[in-house]
Amino acid sequence: MSQTQTLPTRSYEMPREHYLNSSYGIRSWLLTTDHKRIALLYLVSVTFFFFVGGVFATMIRIHLLTPEGALVSPETYNKLFTMHGVAMIFFFLIPSIPAVLGNFLIPQMIGAKDVAFPRLNLLSWYIYIIGGCFALYSFSTGGLDTGWTFYTPLSSIYSNSAVTPAVLGIFINGFSSILTGLNFIVTIHTMRAPGMTWFRLPLFIWSHYATSLIMVLGTPVVAITLLLAGLERMLHLGFFNPAMGGDPILFQHLFWFYSHPAVYIMVLPAMGVVSEIIPTFARKPIFGYSFVAASSIAIAVIGFLVWAHHLFMTGMSAYSALAFSFLSYLVAIPSAVKVFNWTATLYKGSISWDAPMLYALGFIGLFTIGGLTGLFLACLGLDMHIHDTYFVIAHFHYIMVGGAVMGYIGGLHYWWPKISGKVYPEALSRFAAITLFLGFNLTFFPQFILGYLGMPRRYHSYPPEFQVLNVLSTAGASILALGYLLPMAYLTWSMRYGKVAGPNPWPATGLEWKTTSPPPTENFPVTPVVDWEPYDFPNRPDLGLTPGTLAPVPGDD
Amino acid sequence: MHRTGELFGHFQTLEQQRESATFGMWVFLATEVLFFGGMFLTYTINRHAYFTAFGVGSNDLDITLGTTNTLVLILSSFTMAMAVWCAQTGKKKLVPLFLVLTLVLGCAFLGIKFVEYKQKFHHHLVPGRSFDISYHVNHPAPGDDPKEIAFEKEELAKALASDPDTNSHAQLYFSLYFAMTGLHALHMVVGAGLVMWLIGASLKGRFTPHYHTPVENIGLYWHFVDIVWIYLFPLFYLIDRHR
Repeated sequence: MSQTQTLPTRSYEMPREHYLNSSYGIRSWLLTTDHKRIALLYLVSVTFFFFVGGVFATMIRIHLLTPEGALVSPETYNKLFTMHGVAMIFFFLIPSIPAVLGNFLIPQMIGAKDVAFPRLNLLSWYIYIIGGCFALYSFSTGGLDTGWTFYTPLSSIYSNSAVTPAVLGIFINGFSSILTGLNFIVTIHTMRAPGMTWFRLPLFIWSHYATSLIMVLGTPVVAITLLLAGLERMLHLGFFNPAMGGDPILFQHLFWFYSHPAVYIMVLPAMGVVSEIIPTFARKPIFGYSFVAASSIAIAVIGFLVWAHHLFMTGMSAYSALAFSFLSYLVAIPSAVKVFNWTATLYKGSISWDAPMLYALGFIGLFTIGGLTGLFLACLGLDMHIHDTYFVIAHFHYIMVGGAVMGYIGGLHYWWPKISGKVYPEALSRFAAITLFLGFNLTFFPQFILGYLGMPRRYHSYPPEFQVLNVLSTAGASILALGYLLPMAYLTWSMRYGKVAGPNPWPATGLEWKTTSPPPTENFPVTPVVDWEPYDFPNRPDLGLTPGTLAPVPGDD
Repeated sequence: MHRTGELFGHFQTLEQQRESATFGMWVFLATEVLFFGGMFLTYTINRHAYFTAFGVGSNDLDITLGTTNTLVLILSSFTMAMAVWCAQTGKKKLVPLFLVLTLVLGCAFLGIKFVEYKQKFHHHLVPGRSFDISYHVNHPAPGDDPKEIAFEKEELAKALASDPDTNSHAQLYFSLYFAMTGLHALHMVVGAGLVMWLIGASLKGRFTPHYHTPVENIGLYWHFVDIVWIYLFPLFYLIDRHR
């Protein structure tokens, strides 16, 4: 049932002209309107911010090696966790999968030459860079100590750190996200190739459609909220200042109206990646295509109705708390639909253990733990006890790192042969995937226990009895760091020295695999016409799969 | 990005290109609704909490200028609609004419807004250290109607009786007034810039019944900004005019 080798045994040659060599020079990159090149611009820039956030995370973990704190002063510690959050959330996680993989793949997956608004796409990247510069300016001129949530009146009045440039940076960066979402929605509506009906779209597209809805409808709310908070700080207006009649709880409502759905901006695209990887490496059509597609939309819609579960402890009537608790439970349903459908797809599949598959399987496990612990937090009575503890930290890192980042790196591996035209070293990539999985669990599982025992988040010191678990977590973080550095090294290496991949190395069913790797600038020499159903491995003789390597047709037992 | 005439290379047909652009503009307007929505929510909650102070603040706005501006803006939407219609029906020479009218009306709106802001500055109604809701009734300008001033004074006394913190809550009203009308005015400035670009393009005769998407889309934007004002006007100027 299981095999190991699916990468090409045949040798291929690189196509003569493709998007990477169609033109040369720095101008051809900085002024490009090609969605694939823009994706690579994003790849480089989000990786940079991942490093920045990673450096802060490393310092946090080193600091927490000893109960009294080993590295920095309490004030600096506040800045470290704030800047870690801002860099990772706004400048890495939110743009990561949509702006890199989404940009690269959406036009190819639907058979288009480019996104609907290529120049707007480039503008999004520049806006991202400008926002990022503001954030870096804040980090390097006094830092930021408000927590990534910018709660007022700390952020608007009391904080002595560089809040204004950070808020401006996030405000500006928001428009990058809005324009990317807008571009995707319009592209998916109007740019599909003939025969590419809505229910023939890859699930990656469905999940990006849902993500884009959140980007377009949620981001403007946080933009205006941060603008008001910034105005309050600069001009001493009183919107959120109780001393002047304003309402700080209003800020929290407005902030979480975006920032909770923002979690789905991170994890929905990762779910899209997993929905592509699982059928390919199980050699089976996805189980319940329409349910997986609809659950993406359901997560986006319900995701907009749960924000106030972040405010259970900050002043809300018992009745609204009850309603928001119930609505938060509701998100578990479409999320579980996905997990069950992936599992059902694996059942009796012809499974191969390539690196992307390891990441996808890791995603399912970690997302399930992260999701189930989310239910603990949605439960009103339990939340009283574990609110603002390391339990929350562990929960959202299981979703954001175990879920979103695993999906992102898994997706990078899966589509790397398409992006670069080359294959990375197989054994090393599997080793890295396993290292990442183990390192992740060792870092964050102890934090569930710490939180349950009562260690609060955002403190620079802790009682001595928590030291063992904290040391375990820091040890895990160093393994995790290795798990991140390895792929960066060998993926870069493979661009030059890797074996040539060929158009469809896995092989997979999507349209993006029908063109050469790397694709030409216009993606397809001739606009393709789609006359097949998605993930239909049994009826795709063009993939060259022998009956023995296919999963048995259901009912064959 | 290569293009043939008006058709950009990544589209198959002009129809697909037009549909994408228009749909994109509608999605953008949805974003804008939520962008302003955060402020409208802030307004609603504070209006509910500080009912009398907001009434007092509203009395200090100049209803004549506000109404004039509303009419100016509605008229500009009409001329914009005419420009779109002329572009659609091929009346090439009338397109720049109506666009210029739209631009003039838009600038008139901004000019009147400027006069109003200046007035608020003189009346100590700009949020900050020198904000004083009672300044105007205690220091009326020579041209002010004494009956009006007496009435406002009476209203202010009533409000102070029910809410001793009226000054600070009225300041919140004016913070919202400047933030919301300011953001609206910023959208007007952007709109005026876009209309200027349209005037240039239409003078070159670029818009035909076959291709006029930019006129249509900038028209949509213009109407949207107009509609925002249609909400701002009653919320700021008319909330306490029932006497």
